[in-house]
Amino acid sequence: MEIHKLLQAEIRVVNIGLRAFARDLERCKTSVVHVDWAPPAVSNPRIAALLAKLGA
Amino acid sequence: MAPAASLVDKIAAANQEAHRRVLAGDPVLVDVLLAREAMPGLPDRTVLHAGPPITWDRMCGPMRGAVAGAVVFEGWASNLEVATRLAASGEIKFEPNHHYDAVGPMTGMTTRNMAVLVVENRTFGNRSFCTVNEGMGNVMRFGGNDQEVVDRLRWMASVAGPALGAAIRNRKGVPLRNVIARGLSMGDEMHMRNAACSSLMVRELAADLAETAERDLGRILRFISGNDMFFLNIVMAMAKSVIAPAHGIPYSTVVTTMARNGTDFGIRLSSTGDAWFTGPAQMARGLLFAGFTEADGNPDIGDSCITETIGLGGFAMAASPAVVGFVGAGTLADAIGYSRRMTEITIGPNPEWTLPTLNMMGVPTGIDIRKVLATGILPVINTAITNKLPGRGQIGAGIVHPPLVCFEQALLQFADVHGVH
Repeated sequence: MEIHKLLQAEIRVVNIGLRAFARDLERCKTSVVHVDWAPPAVSNPRIAALLAKLGA
Repeated sequence: MAPAASLVDKIAAANQEAHRRVLAGDPVLVDVLLAREAMPGLPDRTVLHAGPPITWDRMCGPMRGAVAGAVVFEGWASNLEVATRLAASGEIKFEPNHHYDAVGPMTGMTTRNMAVLVVENRTFGNRSFCTVNEGMGNVMRFGGNDQEVVDRLRWMASVAGPALGAAIRNRKGVPLRNVIARGLSMGDEMHMRNAACSSLMVRELAADLAETAERDLGRILRFISGNDMFFLNIVMAMAKSVIAPAHGIPYSTVVTTMARNGTDFGIRLSSTGDAWFTGPAQMARGLLFAGFTEADGNPDIGDSCITETIGLGGFAMAASPAVVGFVGAGTLADAIGYSRRMTEITIGPNPEWTLPTLNMMGVPTGIDIRKVLATGILPVINTAITNKLPGRGQIGAGIVHPPLVCFEQALLQFADVHGVH
């Protein structure tokens, strides 16, 4: 489908990550499937390095 | 010759062993005794409390209120004013319940002359202890300390406790593993909903109580059957007895203790001995009773999240549609999501304790700190919210998480022990 025609057809959405986006679409009666996912959250480089060595 | 196992292999094997020991547990409620009978090592003038170690000056309001009440209960002071001065003076020793194989809900007060439930893990022979649930409202676990609270505790120690102990001994103990399994299928998650298991315990014990109670049979039965949370303290002692054999396994990264004292949240790890890894206790988010705001709430408190360490409570939220609304967790789909998410941070399921709404998946069991840190998924805990003022009781219920720093500290210590830098 050409991109400019995308919004002319029925929208069906797969939402990954922030649930609030899916809820907004549901409120607009848009078909949406939410995928509960978050990126790995190791913000501490020392912890990340240790985890790599400890098999996580 | 086979190559030496790597550290990663040793961790994996140790965690499987921890998981095996939890699943192999055979917890049986065997008695109700006075704490000094059940725990001979519990010294005089010592107050056991919930959570990691804490000093008087850092205790929250409900904890201080409960300590003063416990001091009066034991007769170490004639009134609350004297008791408070005594507690602040350093004359009273404070220690975590967990240092005595015990647990206690909310403030978690345990002293020598309180009645405690005794759960024996018959597979491993260890015993764990928890005070008997006092009911709702003005109770010591929420910091209550007036004459009504003290009188009730004395009746529990002198009448209800001995009667329950006699009834339990009369039927040679109440095996708990099957009670939990049935409770999960009846809508309990065993932390914030215990209606089914409390009812099952009345059925288990009523006839024996009728045969053995020397007095107050009606009052004792009303005391138990009128309290939906009667089973909470039993499941807590059960959980402690089941996780205890998984403590002390070299190389294991499994969490064997989670507990809060209203100021700090603390965890302990199977392979790092008695070390506590602590961070600030968080505020639970949930539903508050009418007339209260978040400003009335105390930070997270109690040993009751021992249930989550063995896969119950928030980990088993999918079993309990009734609790989802009570703790403000959203819909049943959200509850199922919580239980599913806990599979990401645990060693494996417990096939005997199943979740009907998850196609009989076993509850996720054995928190691995590595998985918590790698995924950023924190254990979910269902909890009561107490008023920050002593003795005002519960003001709501909600969901709370341990602070991430507990897990970071534990990993740093573990790595240090094993020379990983």
